[in-house]
Amino acid sequence: MLYIPCPHCGLRNETEFHYGAEAGVAYPDPNSLTDNEWAKYLHIRSNPKGWLAERWVHFAGCGRWFNLWRNTITHEIGPAWIPFTEQPKLSAEGGQEDSKA
Amino acid sequence: MSEVSFSFDDKIYKGNSGEPLAAALLRNGLIAITNSTYNGRPRGIVGLGVEEPNALVQLVSSTKESMLPATVIEVAEGLAAQSLTGVGALPELPDEARYDKTNRYVDTLIIGAGIGGLKAADEHLQAGGEVLLIDDQPSPGGHLRHLEQELPSDLQNIFKHKNLTYLSRCTAVGLYDQNYVVAIERRSDHLGNAAADRRARIRVWHIRADKIVLAPGAFQRPLIFANNDRPGIMLSHTAATYVAKYGIRVFKRAVVVTVDNQGYRDAVRLHNAGVQVQGIYDARTSAEGASVDAVKTMGIPVHFRTTVLDTSSNSKGVLKSVTIQNLDSKEIVETDADLLAVSGGWTPMVDLATHIGIKPKWSKQHAAFIINHSTEKLQTVGMLAGDFGGDDGPSVFFGPILDDEQATHAYIDLQRDATLKDLRRGVGAGLSSIEHIKRYTTIGTAHDQGKTSGMLTIGALCQFSSIVQDEKSNLSPAEVGTLSFRPPYVPVPFAALAGRERGDLSDPIRITPLHQWHVEAGAVFEDVGQWKRPWYFPKPGESMDDAVRRECIAAREGVAIMDASTLGKIDIQGPDAAIFLDRIYTNMFSTLPEGQCRYGLMCKADGMVLDDGVTTRLGKNHFLMTTTTGGAARVLGWLEEWLQTEWPELKVYCTSVTEHISTIALVGPKSRQLLSELVTDIDLSKDAFSFMHSSEATIDGIPVRIARISFSGELAFEINVSWGHARYIWEKLWVLGRPYDLTSYGTETMHVLRAEKGYIIVGQDTDGTQTPYDLNMSWIVSKKKDFIGKRSFQLPYLKAAGRPQLVGLLPKEGDEVIPEGAYITALNAQPDEHGKTHHIGFVTSSYYSPTLGRGFALALISDGLKRMNEIVSVPIGKKILQAKICDAVFIDKENVRRD
Repeated sequence: MLYIPCPHCGLRNETEFHYGAEAGVAYPDPNSLTDNEWAKYLHIRSNPKGWLAERWVHFAGCGRWFNLWRNTITHEIGPAWIPFTEQPKLSAEGGQEDSKA
Repeated sequence: MSEVSFSFDDKIYKGNSGEPLAAALLRNGLIAITNSTYNGRPRGIVGLGVEEPNALVQLVSSTKESMLPATVIEVAEGLAAQSLTGVGALPELPDEARYDKTNRYVDTLIIGAGIGGLKAADEHLQAGGEVLLIDDQPSPGGHLRHLEQELPSDLQNIFKHKNLTYLSRCTAVGLYDQNYVVAIERRSDHLGNAAADRRARIRVWHIRADKIVLAPGAFQRPLIFANNDRPGIMLSHTAATYVAKYGIRVFKRAVVVTVDNQGYRDAVRLHNAGVQVQGIYDARTSAEGASVDAVKTMGIPVHFRTTVLDTSSNSKGVLKSVTIQNLDSKEIVETDADLLAVSGGWTPMVDLATHIGIKPKWSKQHAAFIINHSTEKLQTVGMLAGDFGGDDGPSVFFGPILDDEQATHAYIDLQRDATLKDLRRGVGAGLSSIEHIKRYTTIGTAHDQGKTSGMLTIGALCQFSSIVQDEKSNLSPAEVGTLSFRPPYVPVPFAALAGRERGDLSDPIRITPLHQWHVEAGAVFEDVGQWKRPWYFPKPGESMDDAVRRECIAAREGVAIMDASTLGKIDIQGPDAAIFLDRIYTNMFSTLPEGQCRYGLMCKADGMVLDDGVTTRLGKNHFLMTTTTGGAARVLGWLEEWLQTEWPELKVYCTSVTEHISTIALVGPKSRQLLSELVTDIDLSKDAFSFMHSSEATIDGIPVRIARISFSGELAFEINVSWGHARYIWEKLWVLGRPYDLTSYGTETMHVLRAEKGYIIVGQDTDGTQTPYDLNMSWIVSKKKDFIGKRSFQLPYLKAAGRPQLVGLLPKEGDEVIPEGAYITALNAQPDEHGKTHHIGFVTSSYYSPTLGRGFALALISDGLKRMNEIVSVPIGKKILQAKICDAVFIDKENVRRD
């Protein structure tokens, strides 16, 4: 069971969260897209092997949506961040890079 | 240890309190205690713990748990057990023992209280950390326990440390991501009759630790030879421990067969305990070390380059003699023996580490797969990490070369009766992966999950590859690789995992404030999600059909009352609430006047219907949304997701008020008249209080909100009142309603009434693949604004011909009610060349309508809206019904009844 750092509540068990797929896929202006582009927005995600920025919601806690780095191969959990704030960069080990460095 | 009585296979025996049942059985002369599952061969005890493949028993006392190894059951006064032939039986009565669970967060979790684990505990305690130490044995010490050696005093002291929690009889069964461990603590069986009544039998521990130290130790493994399954053939460490520690005096003449110095150490213990060790047969060319010297001093003959080839048995199937083969000359000699102690090397317990994907590495020096892993979060120590103590000197040897006849009786997995012959057949059939061979032979699939047989399988594959010349020869275990181990490490009773969440506690039960009234009125309930809803209210002697017909007629001709409190209710407020609802719903809400209600439909971005319900505008910036009973949480989550992740600029606040507001529906032509007797502060007349109008009112000083909402097509009112006042209002109506023959109705009648009017139930008439157009609800799709899902309606595949569309269906025989879910085919459709008859749709809702006097249904049929009046076939088992496609609205198409 994953151990997920909710930016508001701290580390909690995965059972308190729901998954929200890839982060950073903004809702586009639907009417400016071709059918193909709209279908891509609906159905296509990057699905990489390795580190992925994901959306999660702490539904059994504070109810807030947030973003999280997670490694889809090793299941390592990286830093979490609140939507519309700066996305933390990942260090080589998957930790958060010190912004002062 | 005190002497106690226990029963085994209905006979009473004496044993020492706390010793393993296996030891007590041996002391009482029970060498052969069961027969094997498939071949019926006599079998005895092989191991010391959970690796035991043979001696499975079923408890007769306490919970009657099945498939427990006799090696892990502790003898206690009152213990009763019976032997099994490897097939357990579920007890007929539910397990009444108590089970519970607990969560623990700790700095360091150490799994295994052998020397390696204890040293790690000492280090972490000295570094100031809090330590949880769990171990599956009754007391700490690991192998030292079996050797009857005291713990070093510095390690004894850690048990006094305030930061140490030590759990005995506690087995880690799974290791998961982010250092999460599930462990099973056995708390009462070992106490026998003395266990307190309500003491939890098993406690499940959910542990999260900053650091985990794995110190699980190792199992000794057997060898593959002909007739290696006879009672009297044991692992050497097991035999020496039962004889030396537990004082078993049933063996007279032993033969020790070994590939390492462990066999010598065990020979010494057997000799010292009075067993005549006739010889040590060592597959190696030489050996040295303290134990080898000790054996020589005792005068025990040692034969190098020899091993066991075969055995014979007495009339009871128990070991009688051992055939020894010289590995070089192939000469054989036979020796009488009643105990064959086998040391085939050690197999560290890699299971837990492999649960999270760590790969074991083959070490030729150890003749074993080991895991030497050390990170900040996880570390292996002791035998798992390759610390075997230094002087074992094992050779990589799994048994002599056997011919096919010998291989037929050379067992790899004793529990599955799977032999070397079976394995060779698997290889012969072209299987090379160990995972495939496991599935072909069933090796490693029994209760013990290959704890002793896994490594033998690998060894046998290596040996076989060197015999078969035309294959790539001489595989090493590193190339074969290990089997995958998955949790749980040992079998876990479902009762333990369920804990106290059984029966009424298995899931929360949600009830409305009117629930007790429904119970007293004799309602039959149905579960809707977690809610208990009245299904129908039978009068004495009435069947369900009778009750539903009476309730339907009351709603259509008189007045009827229903508890709609389970509807999801979301209070939506904020200056942007109206804009927000315009984006969420397919239809317009910003134009809705205050004090009015509107039915709304919401879709996902892909255009599929998500939920529906009536939303009321309570003020300029204040709405009360209702959702389907089952969709309440999902819809609130949906609204929050858009507000938080896409439109944070919108000032809108959503609050679940489902359990704040109770809803009572008063339905039928006489509903206005009845309600007027109770509500006098507002004008309920047709003109003053029109359809979909909502107004505050008071009943006996209690504030209520009344709305003209109808889910039946009849004149109807919904009364919203605070949860705590609902029963007062309901009972008031009930008393006033007596002259009107006010009738309470449940969900079944509600379904009939709404289906007669063609109103959908999201989730019953839809399954997440229907657009509003598919449901013939284009009238609700706004052309004037954008909303979630709108863009998808232009996608070609949602506009294409052939999509299932919601229509009505009338069975040809009027009294027929088609089962819901039934497939629909074209009239008299015939099977195609593949024998398959193609369906064109299926029935989503189907009832008997007392108003129509016949059965009717709703169905999703391909291009259904273009097939009006078409006759179709509905195969039900061997019977084929006929039905006519029609409009989904069966009564009052003109909407005149609602006023």
